[in-house]
Formats: sequence, C-alpha cells, structure tokens
Amino acid sequence: MTFAELTNVLTAHFGADAGLEANTQNPQPYLIVPAKRITDICRFLRNDERLFFDFLACMTGIDNGPQAGTMEVVYHLTSIPYEHDLTLKVIIPRTPADESTHEGLPVVPSVTAVWRTADWHEREIYDLVGIYFEGHHDLRRILLPTDWVGHPLRKDYKDLDTYHGIKVN
Amino acid sequence: MSGLLDQRFKSGEGGVLLTTAEDLLNWGRLSSLWPMGFGLACCAIEMMQTFASGYDLERFGIFPRPSPRQSDVMIVSGTVTFKMADRIRRLYEQMAEPRYVISMGSCSNCGGPYWQHGYHVVKGVDRIIPVDVYVPGCPPRPEALIGGFLKLQEKIRNARLTEEPAPTALLAMEAAVEEV
Repeated sequence: MTFAELTNVLTAHFGADAGLEANTQNPQPYLIVPAKRITDICRFLRNDERLFFDFLACMTGIDNGPQAGTMEVVYHLTSIPYEHDLTLKVIIPRTPADESTHEGLPVVPSVTAVWRTADWHEREIYDLVGIYFEGHHDLRRILLPTDWVGHPLRKDYKDLDTYHGIKVN
Repeated sequence: MSGLLDQRFKSGEGGVLLTTAEDLLNWGRLSSLWPMGFGLACCAIEMMQTFASGYDLERFGIFPRPSPRQSDVMIVSGTVTFKMADRIRRLYEQMAEPRYVISMGSCSNCGGPYWQHGYHVVKGVDRIIPVDVYVPGCPPRPEALIGGFLKLQEKIRNARLTEEPAPTALLAMEAAVEEV
C-alpha cells in the first residue's frame, strides 16, 4: 500500500477532523499525529487486516531546541506480510502547560501495549531526550546510571561538573 | 633482552647463584604478569587478539585471570564511562599489591574522540586510578599492546624496594578527588 492509500484508510477510519496531517515534501513521507491519539492509531494500524503493521522498526526522539520550542517522537512502522512502511510523527511542545507535564517533562502516551519492542525504545528516549511516556510499565533510565541528572541529548543540556567525585570536563 | 637471572638459569652455569632480593623479586614479578580478564570496548577486541595464538602473549608469561584477586595488571581496554568508572575503581581496589595498570587506547588515555562532547566519558582513566603505561592508538594494534607490556616489564625491572609503597599513588589520587 502506498503512503497516500494508507493515509486514506486512516482518514476514513478516524475522520477528517482527527488532526492527521500528511507531509510528502521529503522522499520519506510522514504523517503527523496528535499525541493524544497515538495509541489508538497505532493499535488500529496493527490490528486492521488491510494494514497489519506488526513491526515497530524504530522510534526516535528529537529535541528541536528551546528556540523552536518543540520535541518530536518518530515511529517507523513496517508490515512484514504486506511489505509496506509508514512513518508517524508526534510533535509536542517542549515545555507544555502545567497540567500535561510529568515533573517538567513533556508527555506522550506509550505504545508499549501495542508493540512490546517499544519498551526499551521509550526508555532510551526518556533517558537521553527527556520525554515521559505515559502508561509505560517500567520507565527508568536504560543507558545512563540511575542517579544521573538531566537528559544529555537535549539541546540546552549542560555537562555536569563532577560525577561521583570525578571531574567531567 | 634477557636479564642476568634468565641467562644464568637457562645456560645452566654454576651451582651457586648470587643475586639481590630486589632483582629476584623484580624478575619474578615481571616474568608472570597476569592481567585481569575484562574488556571495555573495541580495544578489547585487539586485546583478545593479542592473547590469542597469533600474537601469543603467554610467551611473555602474560595470561588473563578471571578474578581481580589473582591479577597483577589491569588493562583498561577502551572507553571508560562514568557508569563503569565506579566498577573499575572497585576492581582496582580488589587487586592485591603489587598491581599495575596499562591504559590501552585513546579513550582510556584521555577520552579520545569523546573529548569534546562526551558527557558520559571519563576523560582519561588516570582520573580514577594511577596508570603505569599508556598505549596510544585507536585501537592500538596487538604489537602496540605487547610494546606496552615490555615497557611495564622495564619499569618493574628497575623498581626499587626502597621506593614509596605503591598504594601511595592511589591514596594521593583519592585525596585529590575528595577536594574536587
């Protein structure tokens, strides 16, 4: 199925007012999805017989920096039997309004209930970029030590002075 | 480049051997340097190759041990992350005296390619434990690691019993770290 066909199936199912926004400017087109609906959309993409996206190939967290004020999570989906792919993108404010944050971190619903493989991907994004995945059953740092302060792949990250008495720079 | 003791033993000359306690101890230490069997990053691949049949470190009496209690040398073979730094320090403390450290490769020497943006990398293992020999390279070839061992043997051959006991270096280092 082509990107246009996939977009049509999704729009037909979720309605034109679902906030789906296709971007075909680049060789790899992507579909912008509202953060709140990501779990529903992913579950539909996996379960629908025409689509059957059984494989979450990759997840990426992006910090666009304080000036742009946004963060992104990119989902790369593949259907192994149908051999088609789809890229979804969630764009969230970097410092959202108070009621939608978790200890100052932007929140995106977790897709671990749809694909178990999202477990470690989401932990890595949480660890390095600092996005909180709501509904993740075990969201803790995966690469850095548990007592690390900050999220080092954020554009405004400042190196620590010392870690356990060792000078960092 | 064999020492006095090697020449006498191997030639079988003389029933009486005269030497100093210092030379005997140094000869014993440098002839069976047992490194601790652990690797940190890509340098460890080169280290394993150096242990293997192609380069055969065992001909120098160098042979990896599975426990820090049995080891004389720690080869820090790769990138030292802050997460690993505590473990390395612990393993070094578990080794018995006399103990030596070979820092293998650029990462372990000074942070290497992580010098500028390596938020997670200790910029040189000598910030946490005292180092005897630095082997440059990224990664160093097996010949370079063997060269490092030969340098270490040279250092041990010239060691004096009257010198400051080895833990002094570590204690001085820990005092400096606490000040930071």
